[in-house]
Amino acid sequence: MIRFEHVTKVYRDQSRPALDDASVDIDKGEFVFLVGASGSGKSTFLRLVLKEESPTSGRVWVAGKNLGQLSNWKVPTLRRQIGTVFQDFRLLPNKTVHGNVAFALEVIGKPDSFIRKVVPEVLDLVGLDGKEERYPDQLSGGEQQRVAIARAFVNRPMILIADEPTGNLDPETSVGIMKLLDRINRTGTTVVMATHDVAIVDQMRKRVIELEQGLVVRDQSRGVYGYAR
Amino acid sequence: MRAKFVLGEVGTGLRRNLTMTIAVIITVAVSLGLFGGGLLVRAQVDQMKDYWYDKVEVSIFLCGKVSEAQSCTAGAITKAQKAQIKEDLESLKPVVEQVYFESQAEAYARFQQQFKGSPLAENATVDQMPESFRVKLSDPTKYAVVASAFQGRPGVEDVRDQRQALDRLFKALGGLQAMALAIAIAMLIVTMLLIANTMRVAAFSRRRETSIMRLVGASNLYIQLPFLLEAATAAAIGAGFAVLSLVAVKKFLIDGVLAETFKFTSFVGWDTVWTIAPVVFLTGIVMASVAAFLTLRKYLRV
Repeated sequence: MIRFEHVTKVYRDQSRPALDDASVDIDKGEFVFLVGASGSGKSTFLRLVLKEESPTSGRVWVAGKNLGQLSNWKVPTLRRQIGTVFQDFRLLPNKTVHGNVAFALEVIGKPDSFIRKVVPEVLDLVGLDGKEERYPDQLSGGEQQRVAIARAFVNRPMILIADEPTGNLDPETSVGIMKLLDRINRTGTTVVMATHDVAIVDQMRKRVIELEQGLVVRDQSRGVYGYAR
Repeated sequence: MRAKFVLGEVGTGLRRNLTMTIAVIITVAVSLGLFGGGLLVRAQVDQMKDYWYDKVEVSIFLCGKVSEAQSCTAGAITKAQKAQIKEDLESLKPVVEQVYFESQAEAYARFQQQFKGSPLAENATVDQMPESFRVKLSDPTKYAVVASAFQGRPGVEDVRDQRQALDRLFKALGGLQAMALAIAIAMLIVTMLLIANTMRVAAFSRRRETSIMRLVGASNLYIQLPFLLEAATAAAIGAGFAVLSLVAVKKFLIDGVLAETFKFTSFVGWDTVWTIAPVVFLTGIVMASVAAFLTLRKYLRV
């Protein structure tokens, strides 16, 4: 589903590569943690998957496509197959819960009838039924992240990318979010999650890819956050 | 394409940025108004040229009893001199197309009509009127041929080309037109810069929405169209005002004042206004769309 072949990314005006000769293969339906200190290359990894950046050298394959050969006007089609969740939720404050999720479908031209059908379904899935008409500032952090996940998942993407989704949440709420991501993973969606949260990684026992200064230093199935633990 | 969604975004955008929208509408209206005005003046000049060049004559004024010119020191023109001039004029064909002799009585009648009701007309006498040959040229620019042949000849008081007087008028009108167009171009540039800046602000104020749109895979068209339509809508409203101002100029200034006052010439008709109006309108919309498109390409990258 996602394959990196000797991918190196050097940002302009920087000598040290953000990602250094990384080769990784993630299969369909996998749940992968991307761990490492700040600046280790996690975000660069995710941005390369979304083709927000292009690698300096090497090849990135996503959903069977070589992103280096993907023309710009096809990038939106790629992104429709990838749902994205961030630490800071990125909801539209002037839209309701329903409006925020529906927005993701409206802007890719889905018809009203489709939106009316699938938005309640996905809100039900993330556990927000009954809160459709609330605005983001009337929700807790955990609930806002659920809205963001609903928005990322509503179009049933093949891949869900989560960049520190629990970074702003307390441990108890984080567990709820992880259960939700696990549930989404069980529907067959590949989940790639960048995180600093040791407890969560240790508890979930999923594949762990560790980056350090842009290098892949560990790729371990059913891993924990660090060796020493 | 979900028209409702796009139109909703356009409406929100225009309202959210109301002061900028108004600024765009006004500058578009002013710049296009000037642009259209310039085109109108040009059409007017062209029309007047057609009208007047067809009518202009070279006048050869002959010495009368009261003439004071040097060539008239011998007194009024003699019959022989007159006949000679007439003959020479005929020999200048085909440069000379037509020759017509205006007697003192005819000149007096024309003078009376021209200055009807004025003390000038009441005090004039037939004797004071000059006799003249009115010469129509096949090509009005060949005035020099006639002038060199007759200027200064005994019995000829003066040779006058009406075209020269007209040319001065056309030059003034041409200058006016060039000025209007120059100001219009400067204003159009200002307008484009203003639109570019407005789009920048609009893109910035909606960066949350557009970043999410990019993330969920909205196409460029979907992301940019609301902005483009916003610019085009504001420009269309401004262009509408510009067209209205042209109509007002035609109705109140040209038909209401100028045509009433200056009955000796014709003015541009409504057909001219209706040919200029769509040009002005389209210029506005294309200009705004191009300015918006170029800006958005920079600020709304995929």
